[in-house]
Amino acid sequence: MKEHFFSAIRLTVVSMLLCSVVYVLLISGIATITPQKGKGELITVNGKTYYANIGQKFTDDKYFWSRPSAVDYNAAGSAGSNKGPSNPDYLATVQARIDTFLVHNPGVKKSAIPVDLVTASGSGLDPHISVLAANVQLKRIAKIRGIAEPNLEELILTYTEKPLLGLFGPERINVVKLNIALDQLK
Amino acid sequence: MNSEISGILFMFAASLAIGIPLGKYIARVYAGEKTLLDPVMNPVEKLFFRISGINAGKEMNWKQHMVAMLMINMIWFLLGMFVLMNQSWLPLNPDGNPNMSSDLAFNTSISFVVNCNLQHYSGETGLSYLGQLFLMFLQFVSAATGMAAAAILFVALKEKTTTQLGNFYNFFLKSITRVLLPLSMIIAVIFLLNGMPMGFEAKDSFTSLQGDTVQVSRGPVAAFVPIKHLGTNGGGFFGANSAHPLENPNYFTNIVEMIAQLIIPFAMIFAFGFYLRKRKLSRMIFAVMTIGFLLLAIPNIIMEVKGNPAIAAMGIDNSLGAMEGKEVRFGAAASGFWSIVTTVISTGSVNAMHDSTMPLSGMNELLAMMINAFYGGCGVGLLNFFIFIILAVFISGLMVGRTPEFMGKKVEAREIKIAMIIALLHPLLILAGTALSSYLVVNNPANAAWLNNPGHHGFSEMLYEYTSSAANNGSGFEGLGDNNLWWNISTGFVLILSRFLPIIGPVAIAGLLAQKKYIPASAGTLKTDTSTFGIMIFAVIVLITALAFFPALALGPIAEYFNLR
Repeated sequence: MKEHFFSAIRLTVVSMLLCSVVYVLLISGIATITPQKGKGELITVNGKTYYANIGQKFTDDKYFWSRPSAVDYNAAGSAGSNKGPSNPDYLATVQARIDTFLVHNPGVKKSAIPVDLVTASGSGLDPHISVLAANVQLKRIAKIRGIAEPNLEELILTYTEKPLLGLFGPERINVVKLNIALDQLK
Repeated sequence: MNSEISGILFMFAASLAIGIPLGKYIARVYAGEKTLLDPVMNPVEKLFFRISGINAGKEMNWKQHMVAMLMINMIWFLLGMFVLMNQSWLPLNPDGNPNMSSDLAFNTSISFVVNCNLQHYSGETGLSYLGQLFLMFLQFVSAATGMAAAAILFVALKEKTTTQLGNFYNFFLKSITRVLLPLSMIIAVIFLLNGMPMGFEAKDSFTSLQGDTVQVSRGPVAAFVPIKHLGTNGGGFFGANSAHPLENPNYFTNIVEMIAQLIIPFAMIFAFGFYLRKRKLSRMIFAVMTIGFLLLAIPNIIMEVKGNPAIAAMGIDNSLGAMEGKEVRFGAAASGFWSIVTTVISTGSVNAMHDSTMPLSGMNELLAMMINAFYGGCGVGLLNFFIFIILAVFISGLMVGRTPEFMGKKVEAREIKIAMIIALLHPLLILAGTALSSYLVVNNPANAAWLNNPGHHGFSEMLYEYTSSAANNGSGFEGLGDNNLWWNISTGFVLILSRFLPIIGPVAIAGLLAQKKYIPASAGTLKTDTSTFGIMIFAVIVLITALAFFPALALGPIAEYFNLR
């Protein structure tokens, strides 16, 4: 028993050195020679830096809206709403989001609003929206910004991310990149 | 939609394609045969054993194995308590995160030691980087503990009579140096190339396009996430786990994380067959597990893709499926698939919030953990399945009137008693815990604040928490307000009991079988590698699970399902 005790302590110390120090230093070292230097994918525009993978809150009518978020897109934390599918308060919230969207997008039919625009993501930081979600906002953006609709259609097409290798996963649009490009369109 | 389905098929096929050769390799590692990494790792292991004063060639019987395992696990637990309760003044805390309270540290330390990774905190605010790195260490060693326990089973089931079952420390260290660490390095590099952060700076902040100032939590994520999946640990670096865009940046990393969590559970099943030269038996085990897995996964994918009927009734375009709690870059199908992979094996990482999945998806997630033997966690999945094999051997032996035998060893009263206790412990811990908590909620209105959802779904949140604890899974219906004395302490005890007893039980059975006389197979032997026997095991699993859990499921997810229509 005593022999096990001291062996276990010493084995713990050396394996901790291996797993939490040597391994971590090695990966940190490799990170410095990768293109992103271990800082995540950054976008710099006009001297301002954004994270390509961290979604932002877009509620202004002149931007493509992002999805609702349980943490208001503050990446200090992260969380989903954790609302159950049958929760009456939650369903009322979704209904209210639909109504708000219709007010801000006159002329859009309710049946054209895709579900991702009225439901919160798992992380609260989802940088993407569906292609449907971009298209349904096109008329509003065109009107407010005075941009011809075909130009916006082209922009959406440019920023549509195809499935991996054309084979795996859903199509989507990074709404941060899309809105940065939108600002530069003028 | 087709690209979403093909993505799932690819993930499964690729995991199998890697899992089989990995199994062969793992069998060679535990058998002490020559392998690729010998030149690098032999000297390292030798040095480690010399420093630790361990003679790795000294064989142990099953009891000595268990003493060694419990002793070293206890040291990790105490060390964990110390680090978590003192992290505020220890180094690597640029964000100035506070110490954990004693009950939260108790829960967290146990939870990571037992490979569960129930997290009653969020990494962003609850842990310093030192805390993260220490928990990462626990992810390595808890996975290695499970694998070492499975290795004891391999040795014990060899065709000979012995009490000597190899050396625990040898199996343990080799699981790290030969399997977990090399694979983690490869995967970490893939992650670094895909936008996962790796650094020790404090939170970043930036002003959004719209003018909001927000902060961004970061840290040594790329080192942390590989072992989180390889070791079927599942504890997230960030609160949102693998739904977080820095912890799982794109569909490709999602594929890699999925493969990483599947390969070792797959490989252990095949390693079992390679080690014992009973490949037909391991194929049978794999087939039974896969059928069970598909019966849970396919309905979940369909239900998540179909979406929430209550939202469809509002008249919007519901074609993307149930998107509440899901990320657009993964989509409903891959999230539904993940929800079952992570619950059949004991990972418990999530790429979508389980609390918001459809009622019967939630039921399947619960069932996956209630059974806890379809693939199962790193090493321990096979041990859990072994219990069901022993029970199936016994029942079919009774049915055909033959002495129950497994691998040429008689299965007798003592082994069956142990198997039965282990099989019943799981429902006991889950149902007793849920019943007690329900009582507390009903009798003290203040406790209703625990629940994030009313009615049946609220009940499911509590049922899920204990099921996840008892299955050492770690996922949650995370709406549950679980960082308080009751939940930290009660789930903490469930965690310890449901980790170590289900390891000790099967190892004891294997140890007892190993001491018995080997009886060569004859015409009268019940064959255990046939599909008939596979069906028998499946029936035993269904029977035990259905009888134990149906009433609780009826009160939770099933009732919610009928209310939602």
